[in-house]
Amino acid sequence: MSLTEQELATLKERAASIRCQIADVTGWSGGAHIGGSLSMVDILTLLYWKYLRIDPANPAWEDRDRFVLSKGHGGVGHAVVLAERGYFDKAALREFNETGSMLGMHLDSNKVPGCDASTGSMGHGLSQAVGMALGARVLKKEWRVFCMIGDGESNEGSIWEAAMAAAHYKLDNLIVIQDRNHLMIDGPTEEVMSLEPLPDKWRAFGFETREVNGHDLPALAEAFEFAIAHKGSPVMLVCDTIKGKGVEFMEGKPEWHYGGLNAEQIAKAKASIENKG
Amino acid sequence: METASTLTWTIYDADKMTQREIYGLVLTDLGRQHPKIVGLSADLAKSTKIGTFGDAYPDRFFNFGIAEQNMFGAAAGLAKAGLIPFVSTMSAFASMRACEFVRTDICYQNLNVKIIATHGGMSFGSGGSTHHANEDLSIIRAFPNLTVVAPADTIETALAVKKCMDIQGPVYIRIGRGFEPRIYESEEYGFEIGKAHELRSGTDITIIATGNTVFHAVQAADIMNKNSGLSVRVLNMHTLKPIDQDAVLKALVETRRLLTVEDHSVIGGLGSAVADVIAASGKGCAFNKLGVPDTFCPHGNPEDLMHMYKIDTDGIIETVGELMQRDFEEDEDWEDEV
Repeated sequence: MSLTEQELATLKERAASIRCQIADVTGWSGGAHIGGSLSMVDILTLLYWKYLRIDPANPAWEDRDRFVLSKGHGGVGHAVVLAERGYFDKAALREFNETGSMLGMHLDSNKVPGCDASTGSMGHGLSQAVGMALGARVLKKEWRVFCMIGDGESNEGSIWEAAMAAAHYKLDNLIVIQDRNHLMIDGPTEEVMSLEPLPDKWRAFGFETREVNGHDLPALAEAFEFAIAHKGSPVMLVCDTIKGKGVEFMEGKPEWHYGGLNAEQIAKAKASIENKG
Repeated sequence: METASTLTWTIYDADKMTQREIYGLVLTDLGRQHPKIVGLSADLAKSTKIGTFGDAYPDRFFNFGIAEQNMFGAAAGLAKAGLIPFVSTMSAFASMRACEFVRTDICYQNLNVKIIATHGGMSFGSGGSTHHANEDLSIIRAFPNLTVVAPADTIETALAVKKCMDIQGPVYIRIGRGFEPRIYESEEYGFEIGKAHELRSGTDITIIATGNTVFHAVQAADIMNKNSGLSVRVLNMHTLKPIDQDAVLKALVETRRLLTVEDHSVIGGLGSAVADVIAASGKGCAFNKLGVPDTFCPHGNPEDLMHMYKIDTDGIIETVGELMQRDFEEDEDWEDEV
């Protein structure tokens, strides 16, 4: 088993705390991409607290693993994770979206410690991740690149351009995570623009592909350990997730792609998260 | 520092080669001195001559296939890894197909990526509007952090490719398809990115040209200076951004008549950049822009197209004649105000 009981309990607690903080920031900022941030929390918690070789005290450490959030609208979730991991003072979260503050809807890599790539427009992050993985090869470095893409984002042609290049160059230091939460702004992905059979598409593009429940920490840990050990091709982990995960009144509802929360809703959201913890 | 003996190209080569060929050779030399340079192509390694670098350093050369968006995004990632990507494709695709990747991934993050955009303007004449880049300067000039250079000939291309290494940030170097006549005899003329080079001195009118039109501006000036009694100044405005405001203002004060010439739309390129400087100065002057009007131009021989839009020697002479007849309001204390 990839996770000890103690690790699992700590990670679950951490993930619940991150979800509650995302609800807080959504309230403070007047509105945020909460649905797609909640769907990726378990994956990011596992990465940032177990698998990424990083040093929050030295965000520019040359040999660090890279994490690229290609679905840049998950910025609010990523910001909470980075603050929780110790990259910057949590006080900055209070100013999320405020004019001139360090943190905004889509994180700026030149401003936010620990953010490896500025993203926001869909279909850009994976290409940058491909460049970082190629860069490791040229420089003979051991760092690995983890890149999370959205499922709606996978409508973008550039995602598939990047996929072709990653497979062509056999980038086995690149692990791509698909946050398959099934929803985009206008509704279910399969109604807006069909993606299925999504895992088969990645396989056909040359990725070693695994499907995993994106909220099952032990299963995710096993998948990451497989992905890290795999050689000869890039890996795709299609993570089945629930948009709004943890907050009952948001789960599976496309209208919570983006929204604000009042004090009452924040309390309700937190109660829901803690009950499920 | 390189010396002449370490270069694989010579001034002789510059006379025989196209801008693209000299670029490939200079980059190969730079690659020997700078192990962090990597070369990127989108199935145009042969056409853009970056393949010369790829032959010398196969481990540092990546072909991305016909996928320019991904190529420029990957260039951003390579730069983030600490490398210095030189990315080569046609100007039309660098500025339009991959526009947002250049703007958001490279310029927004202020990354050290060098874009070598070939086939600028109408230089791929027979390719037609799909392969003409008459809009690239107006598009990319609006990107913060980006330095934009359009060398006038092979010597200046070699200098621009070398000097862009001194800039810690993105640079767009716009070159032609080839066949550009040579202007400079040696590299020793004081090329500096951001500083216009005065090729002919004059007091009656200033022609400000960029890229492949500089040659025609010089030819036109030489003919007029010899035959018409005019005193025509020529500025090679090889750097479009940042524009050399001092050189424009000096020309404005000293000649009071200005003509810009570019192988590009008259909307948003050199002429617009110069017009901005003139307008902000508050000075009246006689001014005109030569370039491609607001139209998609036909396919054809580049020289024919340049003639059609008067961005060749004949067209410049004709337009200078018109501009010399134009009245403009002079301030009494003109020189005091500048």
